[in-house]
Amino acid sequence: MNFEFSDEQNMLREQAQTFLNAECPPQAVRAVLDGDAPYDEGLWQKVVEMGWTATVIPEAYDGLGLSYLELSVIAEELGRSMAPIPFSSSVYFATEALLLAGSETQKHEWLPKLARGEVIGCLADAESGGQLTAAGLTSRYADGRLTGRKIPVADGDVAGLAVVVAGSDQGPVMVLVDLNQSGCQRQAIKTLDPSRSHAEVIFEGAEATLLGEAGDGWNLLQQLYNRAAVLFAWEQVGGAETALSMAKDYALNRFAFGRPIATYQAIKHKLAQAYVKNTLARGNCYYGAWALDTSADELPLAAASARVSAIQAYYYASKENIQTHGGMGFTWEFDCQFPYRRSKLLAVNIGSEAIWQEKLIAAIEAERAA
Amino acid sequence: MDFNDTPQEAAFRQEVQSWLAANVPSEAELADLDYIGRAKLWQKRKYDAGWACIRWPKEHGGRNASAIEQVIFNQEESKFDTPDGIFAIGQGMCAPTMMTWATEEQNKRFMPPLASGEEVWCQLFSEPAGGSDLAALRTKAVKDGDDWIVNGQKIWTSGAHYSDYGVLVLRTDPDVPKHQGLSYFFLDMKSPGIEIKPIRQISGGANFNEVYFTDVRIPDAQRLGGVGQGWQVALTTLMNERASIGGGGGGVNFNSVYELAQSVNLGDRPAIEDPSVRRKLADWYVQETGLKFTGYRSMTALSKGEIPGPENSIGKLVGAPKQQDMASFALDLLEQAGVIWDDALSERAGLFQATYMASPGLRIAGGTDEIMANIIAERVLGMPQDIRVDKGIPFSEVPTASS
Repeated sequence: MNFEFSDEQNMLREQAQTFLNAECPPQAVRAVLDGDAPYDEGLWQKVVEMGWTATVIPEAYDGLGLSYLELSVIAEELGRSMAPIPFSSSVYFATEALLLAGSETQKHEWLPKLARGEVIGCLADAESGGQLTAAGLTSRYADGRLTGRKIPVADGDVAGLAVVVAGSDQGPVMVLVDLNQSGCQRQAIKTLDPSRSHAEVIFEGAEATLLGEAGDGWNLLQQLYNRAAVLFAWEQVGGAETALSMAKDYALNRFAFGRPIATYQAIKHKLAQAYVKNTLARGNCYYGAWALDTSADELPLAAASARVSAIQAYYYASKENIQTHGGMGFTWEFDCQFPYRRSKLLAVNIGSEAIWQEKLIAAIEAERAA
Repeated sequence: MDFNDTPQEAAFRQEVQSWLAANVPSEAELADLDYIGRAKLWQKRKYDAGWACIRWPKEHGGRNASAIEQVIFNQEESKFDTPDGIFAIGQGMCAPTMMTWATEEQNKRFMPPLASGEEVWCQLFSEPAGGSDLAALRTKAVKDGDDWIVNGQKIWTSGAHYSDYGVLVLRTDPDVPKHQGLSYFFLDMKSPGIEIKPIRQISGGANFNEVYFTDVRIPDAQRLGGVGQGWQVALTTLMNERASIGGGGGGVNFNSVYELAQSVNLGDRPAIEDPSVRRKLADWYVQETGLKFTGYRSMTALSKGEIPGPENSIGKLVGAPKQQDMASFALDLLEQAGVIWDDALSERAGLFQATYMASPGLRIAGGTDEIMANIIAERVLGMPQDIRVDKGIPFSEVPTASS
C-alpha cells in the first residue's frame, strides 16, 4: 500500500505554499474581486515561470512531463489560496482537451504556447440556463465554421484559444477556435465570483478545427469533465481547508459571554463537521488522483466521488465560516466572501452536485453490469 | 501511488492466507458450541500457531509483528466468517493498559492466557453518574490493610458475565478534584461481592451488564499506577478504545441499500431509478469511499513505519450515524413491510430492522457523537476544552442532580 504523495511531490507542495503565501495573499484575491483587472497578471506570469502551466505536458511539446499527482498538488494549493488566475481554464480544460483529442499538428501548434503561458486557453461549453445536454446544443459547426453563443465562459475574455462544444450534422463536435479573429465577439460578464473572470462569447462563422472525430464531441466533453473534476476537487478541498482554518482562527480570538467562542460546542461541533467533510473529500480526491494518473477504468466513478464530496465539503466549510464570523463575516471588508463565492463557482462549473451524483450511480451500474 | 503490498508485505499476506485457508474452523467443528465456545476454539487455534495478538511481544503470546502486518492479518481474517467478539475489549484495551502499567510478573501471568482466549477480560469504567463525564464516577474504594474494599455500581460492562478478569477505575479520594481522586485496578471477576445483571437493550440483545460491588476486596498489588493516578492510566485504555470501536464495518452499507433499491419499487418503477434515491445513495457512497481511502492513507503511514495522522478519528462519527440513516432509509423503501422484523419474513433476515434498532447504540458506545466531535475539535483542530464548572472543586462538593 502506497497511497500517499511522494517526498518529491510533498516538496513541491511546500514550495507552492511558500510561493503562494508570498504572491497570492488574500489582498491579491481582493484586488481582482474589487478591481477592473480580469485576473492577477503578475501572479499568472510567475506561475508560468514556475512551470506550473507545463506540468503534465510531455517534453516533446515543451512541457515538463510530470504526472497528474504533481498537478493535483498544485491544484490543491491554488485552491487553498483561491488564486485569481486563469489556471484551470488553460490547464484543466484547453491543455487537457488537446492531450485527450488533439492531432499531432494541433498539439505542436498549441501545447508549447499553453505550456509557456503565451496563450491562455478556455472551455466554451455552456449556452444558457439549465443542464447542458447534447441534444440541447444550439451552437453549430459546419464546413470549418462555428456559429453560436456561449455563456458563461470562464476566462473567455482573456483567452486566445477556446475549446468549444457544438452541434453538427454528424452530431456533437469538440472544436478548437483561435479567439483572435473577427468571427469571435466576447464581452466580460458579471458573476457571483468576480475574482475569476467570465465572458459571453459569440461566434459568427468563426474558423474552427475539429478536435477528434465529428460526432464524438459529447463523449470527449464527458472525458474532459472527468479529468477536470478531479483537479477541481483538489482546488475545492484546498479552499475548504482555508475556510475551516479562517473559522477556527476567528473563533479562537473572538470573545462572547466572557470567553472565546471556540470554547462553545455549538462552534466546535460545526468545525469538527467541516473537518470530517474535508477529510472524506480528501480521501476521495486521493482516489481520483490515482485514477487520473494511471488512466484507470475507474476514472468516471473516482472523479464523481471526488467531485460530489468536494462540492459538499467546500459548501459546508464556506457557509459555516461566515456563520462563525457572525455579522463581520457578512461584511465586504472581511475575506469570508472569497471561499463562499468560489465554492459555488466550482460547484456549478462542470455540472452541479445533482448531475455528478447521477453520474456516480450510473458509473456503479455500468461497473456492475460489466 | 499504488495499492500494492511491498514484497515483504505480499509474502506475509501469502503466509497468512495459507494458514487461514487451512485452519479456519469448519461449520461441523463449531456446530455444538455456543458463541463463547466458538470464539475460544478459534482464538486458541490462532494462539497455538502463533497467530494470536500478533503485535504483542513474543513473551506475552504475540509474535512482535508490525502494525501493517496486523492490518494485513485483520484484512485476511475478515474474508472468513470467523467467530469473534468476546476478546476485543480484553486484548484491544485491557492488554495495552496492563503492558504499560502492570509489573513484568503480572504480565507474564496474565497476558498469555488473554492472548490464547483461555481468560476473558472486561472493562468496568462507566457508571450511572459517569458516562461522557467518565471521571465523575462514584464507586468507592477504601484502603484496608493490603486490600481495597470496593462498594458501588458499574454499568454498560460488555461481557461481564463471561469474563474472568476486569479493569476498573475507582474513587479512592472524594475530597480532591474529580480527576485527582481516582485509582486504577484490575480484579478477579469471580471475587465475592460482585453481582452481575444483564441490561436488556432496545435492539432486543443484552450485550451489556450492570455490575454491583458489595465489600469486594481487591489486593493493593493489583493497582495500576499510583494512588490518585487512575485518570492517567484510564487514558491509556480509552485511547485504545477509540482505535478498536468502529462504526463502519458490518451492518447496513451502500451495497445492501443499493441492492434493496434495485429490488423494490418506488412509484411505478424500481426505486433505484428514482433520482432522489440515487442522490442519497451517492452521498453514502462517497462517505464510505472517503473513509476507505482515508484508511488507506493511514495504512500507508503504517507501512512506512510512521504513525498515522489524526484523520482516522472521523471513522466512528461518520460510520455510526450513517448506519442509522441508511437503515432508516431502507425501511422507508420497504414501505409497509419495513415494520416487519422476522428472520423468515424480512428482507435479508431483518438486517435493516436490526441495524435500525442497534444503530442508536453505535452512536453512544465508546464516546457519543458529541464527545467524538469534541475530540476532533480539541485534539485535531486545537480548539480549547469546554469551561468546566467542576474544575478545582473537591469531588464531594460538585453539584449533582440529587443535591
